[in-house]
Amino acid sequence: MYYFDPHIHMVSRTTDDYETLAKMGCVGMSEPAFWAGFDRGSVESFRDYFRQLTDFEPKRAAQYGIQHYTWLCINAKEAENVELSREVIKMIPEFLEKPNVLGIGEIGLNKNTKNEATIFLEHMELAIEYNQQILIHTPHLADKYQGTRMILDMLIADSRIEPSRVLVDHVEEHTAKQVLDQGFWAGMTLYPVTKCTPQRAADIIEMCGAERLLVNSAGDWGPSKPTAVPDLILEMRRRGHSEALIRKVVYDNPIEFFSQSQNFSFTHPE
Amino acid sequence: MSIPLNSQQVLDREYLEIRGKIVELAASLDRLERAEGCVSDDNRMKLISQGLQILLEQADQTKAGQIQMLFSRVYEDNWRNQFDI
Repeated sequence: MYYFDPHIHMVSRTTDDYETLAKMGCVGMSEPAFWAGFDRGSVESFRDYFRQLTDFEPKRAAQYGIQHYTWLCINAKEAENVELSREVIKMIPEFLEKPNVLGIGEIGLNKNTKNEATIFLEHMELAIEYNQQILIHTPHLADKYQGTRMILDMLIADSRIEPSRVLVDHVEEHTAKQVLDQGFWAGMTLYPVTKCTPQRAADIIEMCGAERLLVNSAGDWGPSKPTAVPDLILEMRRRGHSEALIRKVVYDNPIEFFSQSQNFSFTHPE
Repeated sequence: MSIPLNSQQVLDREYLEIRGKIVELAASLDRLERAEGCVSDDNRMKLISQGLQILLEQADQTKAGQIQMLFSRVYEDNWRNQFDI
């Protein structure tokens, strides 16, 4: 089965991973900007990172028949540096017309602080000004519920935000329904220990339905599994779910969501 | 949408996995007891104890959802006033 990984950090992965993903059916992916594992020192570091996301990675992916898209922002961890964040936000429009840019992301909260919320709101303004879709990171572990509620508060309070153009990622059992009930798209991240397993993701699909639900691997530089989406496909098959339902979650839904972006020009495989 | 498997099929499929997870949990608690020192006053031990209770109780909410909420920080809806934003 062909699939689309809507959230994977390929700058952290090897070219061998692209080959493996292609062999397992991955034909498209989107890569949100995120934390490098250390705080970057200047806006120029982000400019180089955005060049990597908009120039180098699409070429690397294309060698294996994978269509690569991306999202730009300064992540929530580095948003504690408000001055640097504002410099990065000011620079982002330089890249918004690059052909693989889908929108602003992954913005969000990390420890649910005032600075993080301030920069989240400023990213929202940027997205609204440039009519961009938004991809949102929700915090880990004990901070997830509180942070997700805060993010929903900020989104709902702004009538200019169209919920159907916003993806709230890393939902779990205690946050998925709230996100979906407000009309947003929700992403489940299959990630060891701190997020969701394929089995629990299948449970959430069974309990919430497949409408506006996506699943991703978030493969990055930490302990993670870039081939996690095929693990969900296998789990759903083992439970007896239809191929049509599985395809909706791993292929049709991401394409439907991304199709709202002016730069999304996905070519279906023959 | 429900799970296509019936409960007997789920049990047949997952019994050994559930058994293995309970043994892992028991071994972790044994390890805590064998180690020097005492953590009984650590709030995380209280959370673990409450989590184990949830597994045995009948409730309207899912057990996974209740466990997630147990280990979550509290949300206060006036947070924007507190932050003055």
